[in-house]
Amino acid sequence: MEQFLQQLLNGIAWGSIYALIALGYTMVYGVLKLINFAHGEVYMVGAMTGYYAAHALGFAVEPSFAGLFVVLVLSMAACAALGATIERVAYRPLRSAPRLASLITAIGISLLLQNGGQLLFGADPKFFPSLVAPREVVRAGGLAVSNIQLFVFGTTMALMVGLQLVVTRTRFGRAMRAVSVDAPAAALMGVPVDRVISGTFMLGSALAAAAGILVGLSNPKIDPLMGLLPGLKAFVAAVLGGIGSIPGAMVGGLLLGVVETLISAYVSSTYRDAIAFVILIAILLYRPTGLFGTGQVEKV
Amino acid sequence: MFSSSQGSRTLAAGVLVLLGALFACGQGSDEGTAGGAGSASPIPIGHVASLTGDTATFGQSTDRGMRMAIEEINASGGALGRPLELLSEDDRSVTEEARTAALKLLQRDEVVALLGEIASSRSLAAAPEAQRAKVPMISPGSTNPKVTEVGDYIFRACFIDPFQGTVMARFATEELKAKKVAILFDFKQDYSVGLADFFRKTFTEIGGEIVADERYTSGDIEFRAQLTTIRAAKPDAIFVPGYYTELGLIAKQARELGIEVPLLGGDGWDSEKTLEIGGSAVEGYYFSTHYAADSDSPKVQAFVERYKEKYGATPDAMAALGYDTAGILADALTRAGDTSGPKLRDAIAATQGYEGVTGRISIDPARNARKDAVVLKIEGGKFKFYRSVPAS
Repeated sequence: MEQFLQQLLNGIAWGSIYALIALGYTMVYGVLKLINFAHGEVYMVGAMTGYYAAHALGFAVEPSFAGLFVVLVLSMAACAALGATIERVAYRPLRSAPRLASLITAIGISLLLQNGGQLLFGADPKFFPSLVAPREVVRAGGLAVSNIQLFVFGTTMALMVGLQLVVTRTRFGRAMRAVSVDAPAAALMGVPVDRVISGTFMLGSALAAAAGILVGLSNPKIDPLMGLLPGLKAFVAAVLGGIGSIPGAMVGGLLLGVVETLISAYVSSTYRDAIAFVILIAILLYRPTGLFGTGQVEKV
Repeated sequence: MFSSSQGSRTLAAGVLVLLGALFACGQGSDEGTAGGAGSASPIPIGHVASLTGDTATFGQSTDRGMRMAIEEINASGGALGRPLELLSEDDRSVTEEARTAALKLLQRDEVVALLGEIASSRSLAAAPEAQRAKVPMISPGSTNPKVTEVGDYIFRACFIDPFQGTVMARFATEELKAKKVAILFDFKQDYSVGLADFFRKTFTEIGGEIVADERYTSGDIEFRAQLTTIRAAKPDAIFVPGYYTELGLIAKQARELGIEVPLLGGDGWDSEKTLEIGGSAVEGYYFSTHYAADSDSPKVQAFVERYKEKYGATPDAMAALGYDTAGILADALTRAGDTSGPKLRDAIAATQGYEGVTGRISIDPARNARKDAVVLKIEGGKFKFYRSVPAS
């Protein structure tokens, strides 16, 4: 039983990462109806920025919680800027073009960031410095929780609660929801659609950067191609939860992480990476709008 | 004919396509020359190596060892009156690219012999090409028996895993008194699958019990699911016959889950990166490998000194194996009398009693070397010689 609880815990910590990345996918889809395939690479840039920031500011040598916080904030800010730049340069000019053009552009940006990353950062894997000394915090019988896992879960919760507050309680959040319901109507009501979209990208990218830092802490190997598979899986998580739905992305991410871990543990770890895609096919066959998505009525 | 905005768009598109093509040309190859003492034309030797990627230290160390050996050989006249020239191709630690790298060296550079690779999966990818081209290939460090079974032009300068598997199985039983062991292996790598098989076979034969058998893929970063299952089986030790990058992460996550029993491994751990990535997590672990840098043999010490002076780092087993492999090749060239494939192949096959840094190397009829193994312990953040195990 305690082994199951431990696996559940492992799955939730791992799923938190997927949830953070999936939020970016879902928010951008909500306002633009675009799947931002470059989002996985923003997660990678977040991890890389954190790595270089930690080394440049000396936190790699002297680990501390304050250092971790600074690195997190810096990385989130850098990726917010990156996200806004990508939107401005790659997606805004294609706003009135057919959707396929934006999709292809997104894939192109993804490849650009991957290969650019290999040129800029070098293709060898890097190892994220231990900004927090890993310690066992809870030991209840066979259950071991490390302080890093707690930190991952805690940060993810805080960010998700923060996002929920922004979306439901602030003017910007209201503007975001307006744009995702009906962009031209929102524009007519005086909502600055371009700025809202930029802001959405910035928010999503900041969350992806946080995911990158958290992964750097708990699974310290980072390299320029690290965003490929997690990006795809987070996209699946967003679809699972209902693309466009924020609670859907959170639940989808956690669910995917737990299922992946449990299948790895109890069936075979050979199928770990395949699970996400089996789920994708199943969801698209049986419930394409996802768990939290509502069917859209199309008026003909 | 075109409007000006269409014209500038076409120009922009053309520039982008050009940039894209440049990007797509990808990572270039690494070519270098070593020595060059004689005025005669150099003998091209190919080296397929993982100079970048997850197992980068394997390729880099081996390459350095080879270059140092070739420099010394060229300084004393080279082989057959000609200097040796080492041409290295990077396979980026990717199995399929090892074959591409081998083809480049065989067809474009027309090398006389192919050295490499360290990872058995990659040697298995390159070997058929060398066999087909009738160019002798010597792997410095691939330990899976299948490598030399590819053909009679394929050799290796190290021991094989049927032996290495017994080394750690006996070590676990005799030294650590372990009755129950769990295995966590990399099912994408022939080396790891083979070594796990041989360990499993020997350990159960001498009365031990395998209580958990888990697997992962090269490139994985998350192992907590498998480690939790292993932890529940309460093993006395865990055998992890994988490569150093994953091992470092596995060690850290194992400690986080409260796993205190020692981890055991094979020569895939032999890299400074094991200490760098694993940090304090790998303290007290053991692994088998080809040589110990802190051995008190005068030959080893002299080699370590020269290597340190040249490269500023302590040579690991791959560097020592690379050094010996280049030496064996030069020796074989001299005995063969010329660089033709069949003659060189026969000369390599006839290598007996070559005194290398990694031991006395004799190539047996199966084209493998019978050599002793050493068990190293990770202590105080360093690899320390623990015990030597004679060849069986």
